[in-house]
Amino acid sequence: MNEQPVQWVEVGRVSDIPVRGARRVVRGETVIALFRTASDRVHALEDRCPHKGGPLSQGIVHGDCVTCPLHNWVIGLADGRALGADEGAVRHYPTRIDDGLIRLAVPDPS
Amino acid sequence: MQLPDTPPGADASARSDVQRLIIIGNGMAPGRMLETLFELVQDGAPVRWSVTIFNAEPRVNYNRLMLSPVLTGEKRYEDIVTHDDAWYEANQVTLHKGLAIASIDRQARSVTDAEGGTHGYDALVIATGSTPNRLPLPGADLDGVLVYRDLDDVQRMLDASGDCGNAVVIGGGLLGLEAADGLNAQRMRVTVLHHGAILMDRQLDAPAGHLLQQAIESRGITVLTERVTVELLGENGRVTGVELSDGTVIPADLVVMAVGIRPATAVAAKAGLAINRGILVDDGMATSDPHIFAIGECVEHREICYGLVAPLYEMANVLATRLAGGQANYAGSMTSAKLKVNGVDLFSAGDFADGPGREEIVLRDASAGVYRRLVLEDDRIVGIVMIGDTTDGNWFYDKLKREESVEDGRETLIFGQAFEGGGDADPTAAVAALPPEAEICGCNGVCKGRIVDTIQRRELTSLEEVRAHTKASSSCGTCTGLVEQVMALTLGDRFERSAVTPVCPCTPLGHDDVRRLIRTRSLRSIPELMQALEWNSSCGCAKCRPALNYYLVCEWPEDYSDDYQSRFINERAHANIQKDGTYSVVPRMWGGMTSSQELRAIADVVDKFAIPSVKCTGGQRIDLLGVKKDDLPLVWHDLGKAGFVSGHAYAKGLRTVKTCVGTDWCRFGTQDSTGLGIQLERYLWGSWTPAKVKLAVSGCPRNCSEATCKDIGVLCVDSGYDIVFAGAAGLDIRGTEPLTHVATETAVIEHTAALMQAYREQGHYLERIYKWAARVGHDTVRAQVVDDADNRAALKARFDRSQKVAQVDPWAARAVQGEQRHEFEALATLPRQHAEPRRTGGVPA
Repeated sequence: MNEQPVQWVEVGRVSDIPVRGARRVVRGETVIALFRTASDRVHALEDRCPHKGGPLSQGIVHGDCVTCPLHNWVIGLADGRALGADEGAVRHYPTRIDDGLIRLAVPDPS
Repeated sequence: MQLPDTPPGADASARSDVQRLIIIGNGMAPGRMLETLFELVQDGAPVRWSVTIFNAEPRVNYNRLMLSPVLTGEKRYEDIVTHDDAWYEANQVTLHKGLAIASIDRQARSVTDAEGGTHGYDALVIATGSTPNRLPLPGADLDGVLVYRDLDDVQRMLDASGDCGNAVVIGGGLLGLEAADGLNAQRMRVTVLHHGAILMDRQLDAPAGHLLQQAIESRGITVLTERVTVELLGENGRVTGVELSDGTVIPADLVVMAVGIRPATAVAAKAGLAINRGILVDDGMATSDPHIFAIGECVEHREICYGLVAPLYEMANVLATRLAGGQANYAGSMTSAKLKVNGVDLFSAGDFADGPGREEIVLRDASAGVYRRLVLEDDRIVGIVMIGDTTDGNWFYDKLKREESVEDGRETLIFGQAFEGGGDADPTAAVAALPPEAEICGCNGVCKGRIVDTIQRRELTSLEEVRAHTKASSSCGTCTGLVEQVMALTLGDRFERSAVTPVCPCTPLGHDDVRRLIRTRSLRSIPELMQALEWNSSCGCAKCRPALNYYLVCEWPEDYSDDYQSRFINERAHANIQKDGTYSVVPRMWGGMTSSQELRAIADVVDKFAIPSVKCTGGQRIDLLGVKKDDLPLVWHDLGKAGFVSGHAYAKGLRTVKTCVGTDWCRFGTQDSTGLGIQLERYLWGSWTPAKVKLAVSGCPRNCSEATCKDIGVLCVDSGYDIVFAGAAGLDIRGTEPLTHVATETAVIEHTAALMQAYREQGHYLERIYKWAARVGHDTVRAQVVDDADNRAALKARFDRSQKVAQVDPWAARAVQGEQRHEFEALATLPRQHAEPRRTGGVPA
């Protein structure tokens, strides 16, 4: 377990994200993609494909994966790892849902 | 919280006097608890209790699970009574009906009832159950707004339904659907509003939710998902309607809120017992006071509050054993839900969300309305969803609970117990096990024996031959997989598997099969299609979903509701994604013509949004590259003001019609090629096609607009127009094939429309015109579009019908009307140092 301190930040409601879709959360230079799966799980990944930096938030969400819009790498939403023959991973951020409200764990800068 | 060494009854067991047990609440949990307790006492348990029950409801104990049949009229109250007055008498239980407990005095070990009476106890059981949630909406206190919890609520609903008006049920969970079914049976017009996309989303996944919704709608109940209620409207203190966040108002004489329950903890909280969401209990069902116990929906055990009956009974048995002086511990319950809603059998258990390392096995039987999905992790079942046929639910559930490895026999696991131990994990085992009289092809009534017999007698080796001789798999085609398995079983190595390339790994069906079945079986949505065609994944993949979305758009232009999440990003964002995540924007310039006013507007947009690159495309358009996604609607807004619409440079659809200047300027021009190109573009724009379509019109055979390498080209000559098609100038280089020669512009447009529509209807998704034409044959295309005038007219009519709804500028819809705003706006922008109260903790791995 990583002991890096985090802060939990409210970013919106589950219903703000289309089913099998994604929305972006912008934090300084970092863009975090929040995905909502068909089973209404919400996952957060840095919005950069490990392959060539493609914006994963713009991909097609299927099952618990997203296909990058640039070169069709398939990334697992729950851990940010590339699937299939491709290797690489993108940062995954923990999320919590309370009563439809999404909280995102981002590194605590202090 | 500490478990007492012995329950309070036990230390008294040495004495022979009777202990006083008071129970607050008379629902199913205490009812079962008392039954068990009395049985134990009869069997010689050492502790004796005199029992007093305070029930806030004015009646005996009844089976709450049976409220729905009372609402539908299938049962009466008397039918659902668990314990009648005689039972209480026989067991010497004092039941106070309609008398609530106001307070507990833990020091004195006594309770005070609502009428002021005080009653001492040696042990107290709190079984106050749960309270239905009420949405805090304006108008929630109007008459006619109910919850669905007890017999009084049912009676109120029955009273209100007498005049057969409109009912709205808020909440598409189990309780809401049961209420809707009941009110529908009472002949009310019922609408169910559900905030999520999937009905019963706590128990079902999307495909199962879809089937359930179909079943419910087939009963005449309206189901609206992803709707948020904002206000309940009323007149003279009585509800008249429900207003949704999108402004819709649904008339309602009765509103039922079925939006979940919460543990009823008021009396426990007032007594100072430890409470979180529910009353906290230990494994012995004791609260933070060792003389006070709690069971049922009001408790929280190991951070879980239960709302299903099985855990409540388990708690009841543990407490009864303890009160009888025995030892028992409650370790929490694994819950499964086996439900019957609207005559549809449902079973769900475990966790069936997708996840890393998880795999799914899906079985669908379209004709029987069956969907089964098992979610596996490390060769163990972790989740089960079944709808339509739940016979194997408990068999799967048993494996789930025992964490049994299903590695052996995994290939046939999904078929259930009947195929258990199918030997060597052979995927054909299930078919092998079928008796000869088992029907394989439902459409043509062909059984397995007849297929095997025909194959052997006529020495057939291919699917086509089997289709020809037996008719199996020759109609709807959904049994093709089964027929192939029968062939594999019968022929072994001699079986020539059919050459049809499946759409994707989710199905054995090819594109043509899928398109044909959409038409013949009138499939209108992706979930409906996946069920009817027995997709072997729950929700499809990134390959099949865009194809299916296009096929449905093409087949049902007026009715189909486009699934944007099944489109590639370019068609969702109506711009072309670039390598750095920015977009390029190409405004439409009809026939490649533009003007100073248009160019000025483009220049202004480039300056205003600091667009880094401006380039001319090969299709005679101007491409603005490097636009930030958030700016897209603003860019479109400004372009729209200058009269531009989308250039669809991103679409699997009509892209551009390239022209030369023709008779307007060119000394060789034979016809008005520019004018014809503009006409064609204005006629064809907005149409979706299997892959992109580019046209060109050249004013003479010198062919300056390069019409002879386009998908469709027109070459103007003195005598009229040569129409050519199926060229390519990309990965493949290919000159066009002649289609026909016509004399008038009208004829050009008619033939082009017919050709477009034939391609739209027959092309495989992502297949360009030249590949489609090569596959079906150029002569076949000419025969459909040129030789058969009636067919040409019919194709054009279908194209025109589709264009009526397709020619809506997507940029204006997004920039001006604000459609799909979520696509372009970030969900949130966080400062790097967030101002909120911080929480520090480990990041979960």
